[in-house]
Amino acid sequence: MSTHADVLVETRDLVKTYGPSVKAVDEVNLTVRRGEVYGFLGPNGAGKTTTLRMLVGLVRPTSGRVTVLGRPPGAPDGLARIGTMIESPAFYPYLSGRDNLRVLARYRLLPRRDVEVVLARVDLTDRADDRYDTYSLGMKQRLGVAAALLGEPELFILDEPTNGLDPAGMRDMRALVCELGENGHTVLLSSHLLAEVQQICGRVGVISGGRLIAESTVDELRGQAGLRVVANPLERAVEQVRRVVGTGVVEVRDGAIRIQADPARAPRIVRELVAADVQVMEVGRMERTLEEAFLEMTGDQS
Amino acid sequence: MMSAFLAELVKAVKRPAMWVLVATWLALMLLFSYALPYAGYLTDDGGPATAQAALREALPDQLVVNALSGTPVFGGAIVLIMGALMVGSEYGWGTLKTLLTQRPARLTVLGAKLAAVVAAALGVVLLTFVVGAVVGAVIGAIESQPASWPGIVDIVEGVASGWLITSMWALFGAALAFVFRSIALPIGLGVVWVLGIENLVSSMADNLLTALRPLRDVLPGVNAGSLVSELTSGAQVGAPSPGVIAAVGGGRALLTLALYVVAFVAASALVLRRRDVS
Repeated sequence: MSTHADVLVETRDLVKTYGPSVKAVDEVNLTVRRGEVYGFLGPNGAGKTTTLRMLVGLVRPTSGRVTVLGRPPGAPDGLARIGTMIESPAFYPYLSGRDNLRVLARYRLLPRRDVEVVLARVDLTDRADDRYDTYSLGMKQRLGVAAALLGEPELFILDEPTNGLDPAGMRDMRALVCELGENGHTVLLSSHLLAEVQQICGRVGVISGGRLIAESTVDELRGQAGLRVVANPLERAVEQVRRVVGTGVVEVRDGAIRIQADPARAPRIVRELVAADVQVMEVGRMERTLEEAFLEMTGDQS
Repeated sequence: MMSAFLAELVKAVKRPAMWVLVATWLALMLLFSYALPYAGYLTDDGGPATAQAALREALPDQLVVNALSGTPVFGGAIVLIMGALMVGSEYGWGTLKTLLTQRPARLTVLGAKLAAVVAAALGVVLLTFVVGAVVGAVIGAIESQPASWPGIVDIVEGVASGWLITSMWALFGAALAFVFRSIALPIGLGVVWVLGIENLVSSMADNLLTALRPLRDVLPGVNAGSLVSELTSGAQVGAPSPGVIAAVGGGRALLTLALYVVAFVAASALVLRRRDVS
């Protein structure tokens, strides 16, 4: 059970409405614990960015409660411990990458040497003196991450950090987020790349239509692994499988029997099928990806 | 807040558009306060007396007059654009979001930014005086005129008044940018106000509809012009510049301008503090 000190981000019944009819965020209860990499998923327009903006004090909730690092959102002592990149990175186009970070370092009361450290960490030192408006999309994204890293914050709130990155950049970003998690930092990561989230995140929250429709570990969300059996005759095979595992967890789809049961029960199922004179052509482990689970939950809105 | 203020200053100093505006203002000031009068003297088109008067306009003892005479209108428009740029660009580039997710609270960010706007206004005024002094001294030396400068008190009063006037206009631009969260609209509206509406109201109040005078007398540009008039009327040798009129007394003008400064800061604080940043 997590204690109060273990919870870095907590929202309770968080609501944001625009005008009388648009409910962008609807009673969201989100909990991010210390040291975890938390994936925040949702289709476009689901309310992800609005929620993240409320966490850092850019947008004020209509109702509900938010605490981040035990402080209200936007409190200076809280913000000093958060590294943020909300939506696309935003910097001064006429300043160099280095000068942009120096401006932010002054705002965060950090020494200049911190700027060099984060530039090196995102591999931008060589281009640090070039104007920001000459950067590629990927370099802009890396500078945004460098800004979030300034001052070694405890909590990172990263909104789509892999946007615009090429495959190598995405790999580096994934490694960076993993490294942050391994070093005990807490990361709240919003991403569309569900395969990445599946690899990086321990827990995820899924938001759809402004409501948090699931919050659990990635494994829980993907559900229990099952079995897929192709056998002949099908009707007799289904009858035998139901006799072994029960009726509620067996369905026939695309000519195969899909069984929601522990794959370790496969030998017994095969034995029973063979004993009932059923020809078993194929037996395989069946696992949902996070993407499949996500699309199922959100009704394929993304 | 000092660190944030220094960051804002760095941003302003390194921004090419700021220097374009400063150069434009200095060019206007030099053209109308020094180059054209001196050209009039050299060509001697209006006769010897007129030529001598034109030369006097460009000599060092007219420093305060020349440095301040453009601030109520043209200089005001330039620094208004400066203030609008310094704030409005943060919305255009999305960098306000970046700043507000650093350490300082919103009002600290606002304080740093407006302090930088006011510092930029001071920089413009100081540069105006320095450039005016150098050019006046050069013309005086070329024409072998005796070096006669305004008193130090007059110069300090001139710099302080110029700073108040340019700060007021720059903060007006900044407040418009906070309200409209953009650059183009605040600049458009601000320039129309400074160059158009104030002159129109002022002109109508003088010639057509005297009932408008109470309204005219509270306008920011009219009060800026009145303050400049109060400071320079004794020393001025040429005709007053556009916008320099003695509509109200110097004390009242000073107070009115100070109230506008407070009002623009308060309006900026109100909208930045209350609004969502998206």
